[in-house]
Amino acid sequence: MSVYLDHAATTTVLPEVVAAVAEQMAQTGNASSLHSSGRRARRVVEESRERIADALRVRPSEVVFTSGGTESDNLAVKGTYAARRAEDPRRTRLVVSGIEHHAVLDPVLHLVEQHGARVTWLEPDADGLVPVAALEEALAQGPDDVALVSLMWANNEVGTVQPVAEAAALAREHGIPFHTDAVQALGQVPLPLDEVGADLVALTGHKIGGPLGVGLLVIGRDQRPVPLTHGGGQERQLRSGTLDVPSIAGLAVAVEHAVRHQEEESRRLVALRDRLIGEALALDPTIEVSGWWRPGDRTRRLPGNAHLRVPGCDGDSLLYLLDAAGVECSTGSACQAGVPQPSHVLLAMGVDETDARGSLRLTLGRTSTDEDVTAFLRALCPAVERARRARAASGRRVG
Amino acid sequence: MRVVAAMSGGVDSAVAAARMLDAGHEVVGVHLALSQSAATLRESARGCCTIEDAGDARRVADRLGIPFYVWDMAERFREDVVEDFVAEYSAGRTPNPCLRCNEKIKFAALLDKALALGFDAVATGHYARIVERDDGAGGVRRELHRAVDPAKDQSYVLGVLDAEQLARAFFPLGDTPKAQVREEAAARGFSVARKPDSHDICFIADGDTRGWLTRRLGERPGPIVDPDGTVLGEHRGAYAYTVGQRRGLGLKVPPADGSKRYVIRTDPARNTVVVGPEDLLGVDELVGDHARWCGPAPEGPVRVGAQVRAHGEEVPAVAEAHRDEVRVTLERRIRGVAPGQSVVLYDGTRVVGSATIARAGRAAGTPAAQSSTGRR
Repeated sequence: MSVYLDHAATTTVLPEVVAAVAEQMAQTGNASSLHSSGRRARRVVEESRERIADALRVRPSEVVFTSGGTESDNLAVKGTYAARRAEDPRRTRLVVSGIEHHAVLDPVLHLVEQHGARVTWLEPDADGLVPVAALEEALAQGPDDVALVSLMWANNEVGTVQPVAEAAALAREHGIPFHTDAVQALGQVPLPLDEVGADLVALTGHKIGGPLGVGLLVIGRDQRPVPLTHGGGQERQLRSGTLDVPSIAGLAVAVEHAVRHQEEESRRLVALRDRLIGEALALDPTIEVSGWWRPGDRTRRLPGNAHLRVPGCDGDSLLYLLDAAGVECSTGSACQAGVPQPSHVLLAMGVDETDARGSLRLTLGRTSTDEDVTAFLRALCPAVERARRARAASGRRVG
Repeated sequence: MRVVAAMSGGVDSAVAAARMLDAGHEVVGVHLALSQSAATLRESARGCCTIEDAGDARRVADRLGIPFYVWDMAERFREDVVEDFVAEYSAGRTPNPCLRCNEKIKFAALLDKALALGFDAVATGHYARIVERDDGAGGVRRELHRAVDPAKDQSYVLGVLDAEQLARAFFPLGDTPKAQVREEAAARGFSVARKPDSHDICFIADGDTRGWLTRRLGERPGPIVDPDGTVLGEHRGAYAYTVGQRRGLGLKVPPADGSKRYVIRTDPARNTVVVGPEDLLGVDELVGDHARWCGPAPEGPVRVGAQVRAHGEEVPAVAEAHRDEVRVTLERRIRGVAPGQSVVLYDGTRVVGSATIARAGRAAGTPAAQSSTGRR
């Protein structure tokens, strides 16, 4: 049985979610139908929406179901850009952090290439935190041409929690819609959406023990992003498509669970994370931790995230060797045709490309135990030694 | 043993991986990303490193239940194979990039990385056989032999492997005809069972080598001359001409005797293409450098079979090695031999070794195709 340390990729589904999904799957009913089967399905959807809204402290009408984080981010970025430009054609500028997930970055780049958008990138500091001052400066250039500000709640690679409340408040001062990708944050850090004035918040089910393929976008009542899909007009006309009743029922269970257990779970995960990082650094002093980290901290770094850089190694070699030793983890960055690319997040933080290639992301979740951390620490040094030899044998030539 | 199965996404390497697994080895599939633009989808049936190929290889690995990784060797491939290919053409030679890839990438960069990671060997879908013999000292000597399917035999492109590389190589398909490999792939339920064979040069997606070279090297116009130096026409780059080529010369001056004219050599120093009558094409003496031996180097003159291109004919010959150089005297003249090509030497079905042709000429009489420069 292997040790799973990749909970940020996806995590174990909660048994009560499986039960909720299975129960709904056994039922027939299109939530848009007017007959009793349809009404039954509609009731499940709307009650799920209300439970989610309660847990997230938003209004039910602000919860729009989607297929997951990527779709939510696309709807937020592309839909808002189109809507804001339609209102005022000068609004072609996007103010976006340089450490966003590809689900935000790529829609932004698409808008640049295809729809005349310009971007002001908010670069992080060496700790992986985007300074609020960078946003102030970007908006001071003239807020009238800005279509959208986007800053993720917590980074998916290095786990840093961004100053979203301050950033959202700044955007609001200027009347600019604010989007945050909170996919990694839910269940790990508090998400007081009633206090943080974010207009758009992307969330997904499968990072919190919910089903794959379902997520949501919190869309403030004043926001009218142009839809990505057109059709039956479901979800305030913002997201057409027959509602996935079983998945939505499962999502509600998972969101409630994540919010209810966030406090205790974060305490438990922080202890595991701190042991993992602390002992890894002690085992090999050349290893560096990426992103802001202080033992015991539960607010500036995701409790379940450890990101290590191992000099002289290729991340994919480490990945293979750890996998062969029964430890499953990730390099943290995206692949292109199966080839891990140096992380844009690390590069933005000022890490050089060679060091960025030796990355390991270990992410803890609900099923993680102290034994998992021990197993990783035991496998680490032999893997590092081999991976270093492999790079020396076949690596890029220097000079 | 712990074995890396190099998986291109084609049918051969898929079956090779499966056979290694059946033989009881611990197998990990590795797809090499060699293209500078790995993200492009297939442009044609050629090529070996598109997203689709990586996906096909992954499907097979998943079906076999083995781990699968993509290793990025694009930079090494560019340096050692693609740039070498360009430099060789630019210097008036005709290289075979597949040999170069086997020598420098598959059985060097890939093998070295695999060994460093704790693997014992690399298996590929090449059609060739490894035969183990008692070395007379209580050990085993591994010999490289032709595949049983002569139409598919790929021992030629493996002739650059030395004993150390062969000791770490497996070619599980060498004893099987290609048709049977396809049947086996289908029986194993591989989605690639009917995938067309790859051919030509993998990094030249459209198969137009001349066009590709022109884009890389630019046009370099110069004269087309006869063996006496009389200008017969103009070329746009000597690298685009192959020894033995007859078509597409665009000569303006008709031949005096009405005979057909062929490219008999190119002269990179003078940027000329030399054309002449057919009988000047025949050569029977080859001098090769960059000798590579698949076992011990032969001592003194030895009788061999010599082959100068991938699916060319084997000609009886006598070879004599002197350090890095090999002199090969053929029993009869052969045509279309260009510097830069590899000559692979056989003893029966066994591959003795190979060398890169530096000069080709005639044992007695006037030299025909001769390069004025040696290999770097």
